[in-house]
Amino acid sequence: MATESNTEKLLERSGLSLPRGEVYLIEDRCKGCGLCIAFCPKHVLVVSDKFNKKGYHPPELVEEEPVNVCINCGFCERICPEFAIFVKEKKEE
Amino acid sequence: MSIIKADTHPLDRYLRTERLPHVWCPGCGIGTVLGAYLRAMEKIGMDPEKSIMVSGIGCTGRAAGYVRMDSFHTTHGRAIPFAVGLKAARPDLNVTVFSGDGDLFAIGGNHIIHAARRNANITVVAINNFTYGMTGGQLAPTTPETGITTTSPYGNVESPFNLAGLIAVAGASYVARWTSLHVRRLEKSLEKALKKRGFSFVEVLSQCPTAYGRRNRMRDPVDTLKYFQKYAVVKNHVNPLEGVIEPNKPFVVGEFLDAPEEPTFEDKLWELTKAEFLHTSQAERSEWIIEHRRHLEVLSRIISGKGGEE
Repeated sequence: MATESNTEKLLERSGLSLPRGEVYLIEDRCKGCGLCIAFCPKHVLVVSDKFNKKGYHPPELVEEEPVNVCINCGFCERICPEFAIFVKEKKEE
Repeated sequence: MSIIKADTHPLDRYLRTERLPHVWCPGCGIGTVLGAYLRAMEKIGMDPEKSIMVSGIGCTGRAAGYVRMDSFHTTHGRAIPFAVGLKAARPDLNVTVFSGDGDLFAIGGNHIIHAARRNANITVVAINNFTYGMTGGQLAPTTPETGITTTSPYGNVESPFNLAGLIAVAGASYVARWTSLHVRRLEKSLEKALKKRGFSFVEVLSQCPTAYGRRNRMRDPVDTLKYFQKYAVVKNHVNPLEGVIEPNKPFVVGEFLDAPEEPTFEDKLWELTKAEFLHTSQAERSEWIIEHRRHLEVLSRIISGKGGEE
């Protein structure tokens, strides 16, 4: 797995942390084009084995601490042509 | 943690959700651009009740059917005349033309250059997918040289239009070009274009995996976006005439032109007609409208055979 980037080390040293996101999906709108998977900067999405109503494979979340986690950048939400996927900031409990 | 199932999208209030999923092929960039447009609208707080989307024919032309605001799906190539007329009659509305390269530059090529010349106060979003997607991938005036299409199986021998350059030269107020990969910059640019008074034009290069990409070694939509990532050079305020797109060579994306404000077509029309219009009071005008509405109702009753008597 990829090592922690310099940015993250720097942030940690100054007592800050990257934002965390929660990924939401409207499964039946997905057409399985794979754009969200290919362009996620943190590589947290993969093609799943399951089918949706139209027979496409929607994406699935694979978060691997500490590096491969959703940082709420919102790129999947913006690149998705189907209005299917979106992110919200995860509130720390 | 796994993905959370949802039923509604944050943009749903701008979309006719009952018509989703839309007709565009998996991986088509039009949905991405439509999303960017709606986000830009949301960001600047544009009222959907006061906005109109006009589109022509083609894949991109279908966009007008998916937005929850007044929209026109017009005849082929004539989206611009409809929009200019609309804006001239109702300057209080935000009019956007959302259409494809074939509709705006091939079939309606003359209309767009003249609308730019007149500096009509509309926003034009042109999605350039390098081909006629809906009819099966024929050669379009935007197909890059050597591009393979169904009607140029040995490669295109014509030079394509430089859309941004053409519109900048014709006299537009705002000209930008982005790709469906540069979504954030595109969003910012659309915000500017929507706020701009005068003819604003945003060209968006987009992937067409089904009709164009498949024949040009970009079968997967991701391949076209990787191509954009590799060759797009972001530069602002470059001479628009240098924005030529050649295959497998770097091309410029960015804001080409953001001209100072000038009187628009509607402003000039208003200057001409206001003397006549202003001597009537608001009450007189409303009375006139009510009177005309009554006449129309009577007329429609006569036509439908229900009698003209009240």
